[in-house]
Amino acid sequence: MEPRSVAIVGAAETTELGRIPGLSQIQLHADAALNAMADCGLKPSDIDGVATAGEAPAGIAHYLGITPTWVDGTSVGGCSFMLHVRHAAAAINEGLCEVALVTHGESGRSRVGRGGFAGAPASLAGQYEAPYGLSGPPSMFTLGVLRYMKETGMTHEQLASVSVVQREWAALNPRSTFKDPITVDDVLNSRMIAYPFRLLQCCLVTDGGGALILVSKERARDFPTKPVYILGTGESVETPMISQMEDMTTSRAFRVAGSRAFEEAGITHDDVDHVMIYDAFAHLPIYGLEDLGFVGRGEAGAFIEARNTAPGGPLPVNTNGGGLSYMHSGMYGMYALQESVRQMRGTAPAQVPDAKISVCHGVGGMFMASGTIIMTNE
Amino acid sequence: MADDYKGPVPVPTPETQDFWDGAKRGELRLQRCDEDDCDDVIFPARSFCPCCGSRSVSNFTASGRGKLYSYVINHRPPPGFGPEPHAIAIVELDEGPRMMTNIIDCEQTPEALVLDMPVEVAFTPITDEISLPKFRPAGG
Ligand SMILES: [Zn+2]
Repeated sequence: MEPRSVAIVGAAETTELGRIPGLSQIQLHADAALNAMADCGLKPSDIDGVATAGEAPAGIAHYLGITPTWVDGTSVGGCSFMLHVRHAAAAINEGLCEVALVTHGESGRSRVGRGGFAGAPASLAGQYEAPYGLSGPPSMFTLGVLRYMKETGMTHEQLASVSVVQREWAALNPRSTFKDPITVDDVLNSRMIAYPFRLLQCCLVTDGGGALILVSKERARDFPTKPVYILGTGESVETPMISQMEDMTTSRAFRVAGSRAFEEAGITHDDVDHVMIYDAFAHLPIYGLEDLGFVGRGEAGAFIEARNTAPGGPLPVNTNGGGLSYMHSGMYGMYALQESVRQMRGTAPAQVPDAKISVCHGVGGMFMASGTIIMTNE
Repeated sequence: MADDYKGPVPVPTPETQDFWDGAKRGELRLQRCDEDDCDDVIFPARSFCPCCGSRSVSNFTASGRGKLYSYVINHRPPPGFGPEPHAIAIVELDEGPRMMTNIIDCEQTPEALVLDMPVEVAFTPITDEISLPKFRPAGG
């Protein structure tokens, strides 16, 4: 932290304190946030950074109508907000956002609309999504795909080709869960899970873990490993309720995170040698390739079907086999990062020759959040 | 129907109480920003406008009409939803907002569930206090 580089310009508490049975917990966050905005003359669209604890940052951002380029959900108890202020100062200094909002709201006494868990009966998802017969991500994450197919003309065969191509990558990786080749017919004849999604278009469920260690580029010289440098980064959130996405055929969080990462890295798509796109379901590489700008709107299905992302193709994608064939523990993003690091070190089982720049793109929740990390070995 | 339902039951909050009171009466309630230069339609309900930040918003009864925006057909229904595949749908209301729902009075097949077909709201009571907004093909 450079001293005096960042200042607090708006501050306010909720309109009332004490007993507030007329406001739910998320509304207490909003009430305090609106008062802080009024304190310094800002409106929600002026804010591009959100930090909170007790509620999810995506929930607060969407409720308030904010499109953030920086979020922090660090939750370490009552001092979380002190850490948020410190992280916000670092983020502003680094240019990740310009105006950061840190919110707290807690219906500690009246206990109105306390979340507790995603989909709790008084949460917005609990009221407006949970009662409609959901069976977890396979029946929800996939909800926009028929709309995407109608608007772009993508075929079922093209969507199925995502799984086929990734299985080819997995076959090159001894640590992959599934290595046997599959065909488009195999995919389209596998068990129906949630039309139009079949079993082979849904990720695995496995156990595992991963870890990363980062230091400054100066310290990196002291280590025996080949350094993999962070070239560009981006992040955003949209909404914790998939039904409330701005457009269910494209992810706003993907677009914001991806464009920030490319901008920060100062590269074009032609500079990219290797791509990882978090694939909990087969449509995610489709959305990812388009929202990151590798192909135009509606072109990703044909692009994958034509083997552009397959072994030997010009744009290798998900070279570990991905969540569809390699492994998926639930929070797969760590494995995408590990594969990007391997590709940049030159140690991947399916190594892309002379790869110098890797784009690693993750999703959180069901298009709720997104993070993009661009790495290089030069 | 109310006796059959074994799924999750929404718990209204002060901000969403008007919506659920309306649903019980058979009305689909939305909100509109009162600012002349905004006029945003807001769903789910809150006491301010997420478009412009104004605290001046009004509840109103929507038309209950919309179109089928997208869906999946869930072949592994959760406990309490019967053995048959059922559609989880997104309806785009004529007023603009989209909401998750089920499509009733309609075969739960890709052939019968045609994107952009007009639908109208139909409320299904699941408890004495809570009626779920569902949609059926319009003019049926
Ligand atoms: Zn407004």
